[in-house]
Amino acid sequence: MWQGTLGANPIEFILRNLGDWTLYLLLMTLAVTPLSAWAPLAFLRRYRRMLGLYTFFYALLHGLSYIGLDRFFDWELLWLDVVDRKFMTAGMAAFLLLIPLAATSNAAMIHQLGGARWRRLHRLVYAIAILGVAHFFWLTRADFREPQKMAAILAFLLGWRLLDWMRKRHVPS
Amino acid sequence: KPLKAPRNADFSTSEELTKYDDVTGYCNFYELGSGKRHPTANAHWLKTEPWSVEIAGEVKQPGKLDLDQLLKPHDLQERVYRLRCVEGWSMVIPWIGFPLAELIKRVEPSSKAKFVAFETLMDPINLKGQQRPILDWPYQEGLRMDEAMNPLTLIAVGLYGEVLPNQNGAPLRLVVPWKYGFKSIKSIVRIHFQESQPRTSWNFHAPEEYGFYANVNPQVRHPRWSQATERRIGEFRRRKTLVFNGYGEQVAHLYTDMDLSANF
Repeated sequence: MWQGTLGANPIEFILRNLGDWTLYLLLMTLAVTPLSAWAPLAFLRRYRRMLGLYTFFYALLHGLSYIGLDRFFDWELLWLDVVDRKFMTAGMAAFLLLIPLAATSNAAMIHQLGGARWRRLHRLVYAIAILGVAHFFWLTRADFREPQKMAAILAFLLGWRLLDWMRKRHVPS
Repeated sequence: KPLKAPRNADFSTSEELTKYDDVTGYCNFYELGSGKRHPTANAHWLKTEPWSVEIAGEVKQPGKLDLDQLLKPHDLQERVYRLRCVEGWSMVIPWIGFPLAELIKRVEPSSKAKFVAFETLMDPINLKGQQRPILDWPYQEGLRMDEAMNPLTLIAVGLYGEVLPNQNGAPLRLVVPWKYGFKSIKSIVRIHFQESQPRTSWNFHAPEEYGFYANVNPQVRHPRWSQATERRIGEFRRRKTLVFNGYGEQVAHLYTDMDLSANF
């Protein structure tokens, strides 16, 4: 019966869905700053950390289902995947970089690191997002519409930050 | 529509069949959409009546055959084959069809015919997948003559005791069980005999990933998917992939003097 909803290849379906949602959540996290710059949406800032942690949680489930369900803990196969296939290298790198961000997403760690160092560390999210979209692009074999959409949204979100940064820099002090 | 044919046990595996709903509900047929369930949902896009197949190139009997004319002289038989997709999954499917070799002998290729090229229907108005450049349409595949003449190579017109569903490549398709599934071209409208190796769609799209031969081979590393193992649809654990998809006894001799990692 569960095959009726998940289709003929349920493991592939689960893996793909978790991957999709990891990317959606990551882009939603990155959308908070541009959206909340508009005063009526300023309240969104409160949800940024939660969205970031959800991203990590989905990435973790995505990774675990790959290791446990798809590859069934075949470490040799997994190692070859990571070194042989650039989409896997990118995905694994993105996941590893997410770990320090998740680990420092609490008040105690922000306090311990200090605001400036914490912010510098959390700029890693830009690299993570680029790696995440590259992962999606490189695993697609044909029909690139979905990864193209993700890349366009990411380009917009990063472009907005670049323009914002340039504008602030040019304000005469 | 039911279609009965006696099973040819010599050419059939006794492995458990993949469920009918999975065989007809989990397909790669990009003309009908690029998701696995799209071809089933969009099956009505494919118009199979009337249908004719053009036989062309280096043959003594070229011409256009309509489907009845093409099928009439051949006795249908059922063969249960393994199908291994390059994406790392596999199925066991009871096909109904006849050996491609019978058709080839009938049209009498000349001595210049070294390869056979196949083409899928081009109909971008109905086959909406062809409205976007996912692949260089129409879909093209090809075999070397000795591969095409191998007794395993089948022209299928049915499965599971019925006429081929549209999403599985109606009204006639190729089945080459020792090669990755994309070689088994669907909904054929043209068979061309030629001296040079034909251009094939996936090979043209990404030559470093999809070779012309595309024999199932767990030893050849693939840049996208590990080919060492596969998931049989309906099973949980992966199983080891067999060289030539387990058909080595019948086909290994075709490749004795070839480097299979260069000609992947």
